[in-house]
Amino acid sequence: MTTTDMPRPVDGGSGRAVSKKRPRGGRSGGLRQAVSATTLLWIMACLYGLPVLWFVLSSFKPAGDLFSLPLTVLPHDPTLSGYSAAWDSANFSQYFVNTAIVCVITTILTVGASCCTGYALAKYDNTWLKVFFICILATTMLPSEVMLAPEFLVVRDLGLYNSLGGIILPAVLTATGCFMFRQFFLTVPDELIEAARIDGARELSIFLRIMVPVSRPIMLTLAILSFQWRWNDYIWPLLMLNDPSKFTVQIGIQSLVGAQNINWSVLLGGSVISMIPLILVFLVFQRYVMNANINAGLKD
Amino acid sequence: MTKRASAVSASPPRRRSKYTLAPLVLIAANVVLFSLFFVWPAVIGLVYSFTNYTGVGAFQFVGLDNYSNLFGDSTFYDALSRTLLYTVLVVPLNFVLSLLIANLVVSKQAKGSSVARVVFFVPWLISPIVVGVLWRWLFGENFGLINYVIEKLGGDAIAWQSNADLSLGVVVMAGAWWGTAFSMLLFIAAIKNVPTSYYEAASLDGAGPWRQFISITLPSIAPTSFIVILLNTINAMKEYPLFVSLNNGGPGTSNNLLVQYIYQTGFNRGQIGYASAASFVLMLILMAVAVIQLIVNRRVENR
Repeated sequence: MTTTDMPRPVDGGSGRAVSKKRPRGGRSGGLRQAVSATTLLWIMACLYGLPVLWFVLSSFKPAGDLFSLPLTVLPHDPTLSGYSAAWDSANFSQYFVNTAIVCVITTILTVGASCCTGYALAKYDNTWLKVFFICILATTMLPSEVMLAPEFLVVRDLGLYNSLGGIILPAVLTATGCFMFRQFFLTVPDELIEAARIDGARELSIFLRIMVPVSRPIMLTLAILSFQWRWNDYIWPLLMLNDPSKFTVQIGIQSLVGAQNINWSVLLGGSVISMIPLILVFLVFQRYVMNANINAGLKD
Repeated sequence: MTKRASAVSASPPRRRSKYTLAPLVLIAANVVLFSLFFVWPAVIGLVYSFTNYTGVGAFQFVGLDNYSNLFGDSTFYDALSRTLLYTVLVVPLNFVLSLLIANLVVSKQAKGSSVARVVFFVPWLISPIVVGVLWRWLFGENFGLINYVIEKLGGDAIAWQSNADLSLGVVVMAGAWWGTAFSMLLFIAAIKNVPTSYYEAASLDGAGPWRQFISITLPSIAPTSFIVILLNTINAMKEYPLFVSLNNGGPGTSNNLLVQYIYQTGFNRGQIGYASAASFVLMLILMAVAVIQLIVNRRVENR
């Protein structure tokens, strides 16, 4: 896949290359491979990058220029009017505050609860822990989208309808978070705990003093993931909130799309604004996201 | 609850099993959340699916009426078949694209892969709602960039919005584009874990890159492929925001998907019982998907 030129057929079919021919040396072959791999990589990168680039560039066009033909790539007369219109008229500042509150609180609670649960699952050997592990697995099979109506009724009966708490609490337990911490704590040697026990440390202080500090990289990774999930959440906040002053950013944008006549200038500006926090988080924590060893039961 | 005393008094039975209180405290928060927001809704959802509950007031048990009505409801069938079609299209596309890109990014021969990796990653940072807006902007029939380019090249504008199949196609492209980053991350980790000695041995034996990919990479990353397909299938089955913001299930209602159907019957029309029944059908499908893929995976691994 890394190159487009076809290799010579090798010992058809057995699945193992057994022929004792000399390897393809030839610098030209290697160069050709490098060129074709690089070309393909950058063609794909352009395909992936251009939609975003076009979208962001368009957001700087004045409303009148958005549909004027011929379309131009660069805005003639770059302006932030779409942004300011979105920020003011669509009440985006309020949506931002609401979303930020939801993201930060949910993320803190998710990281805390997942760390505790993951540690218990990895380091204690009780039958009911195994049962609970299966229960957590089940949440990936039965995602909240499947139980919209009953989950809505439960949250309403708890008195959380139309409050940010109704968005935060149901989102705290995530299977992914528990798995990530469990996998991590499995790699922490038991001897560390045994030694602390011999020294007379109590169970919970072993966890808080030794285990929590060593799990910092996982905490950061899960925090970034959790922040991204919650920032981008749509359907649950949509169900929970009916008071526009409590809307989150995604609902704000969707309400612009749902309008009779789409005001593209405001919509483009608002959309780009909504992307900025995650882009910033990504830029700061890039290496944690890129190296995240997230490999089991992923769910948001 | 605490068996601690009894466990301690007995001669040490199994290692570590004497600890009860500490793990219980550690998992308490998630147990409460699990019971409140998972078990409780699941139970009342199952109960309501046999009733004509509307969300308020009294209700009656109607037996299997909801389920039998569901299977006579052409809107439900349309939503179900559109959901399946979307899944069947988007999952393989996502798989092929993310695997191709992961290989390119990891390849030592491709130059500039650290920059390109960021480009591939950006879509994941964009919310499904904004992804929908973005692709709607690109594929606008009268104003979109794509039709503009097509017309410039001498073609005719394509009805991306008013043709139901084409508008589903746009969502498939958008979904694959958005989902690539995450699958790519999983694949990159898996590919990096394949011992390089395998490749060295294979190239000594004269195997070219394609052959190496088929005989070494693909089998080595099979567990990851399995996870990618499973996750993408489940996510595709419950896709909703992308459709809402890209074309709102349109044109008309032709691309309404299952979650949208559940949302509309449950919340716009207040038929909680009926929507719960539809939810359980979706749940059964998701479970069937997971079980089938588990069986296939086990069979592949045992071969």
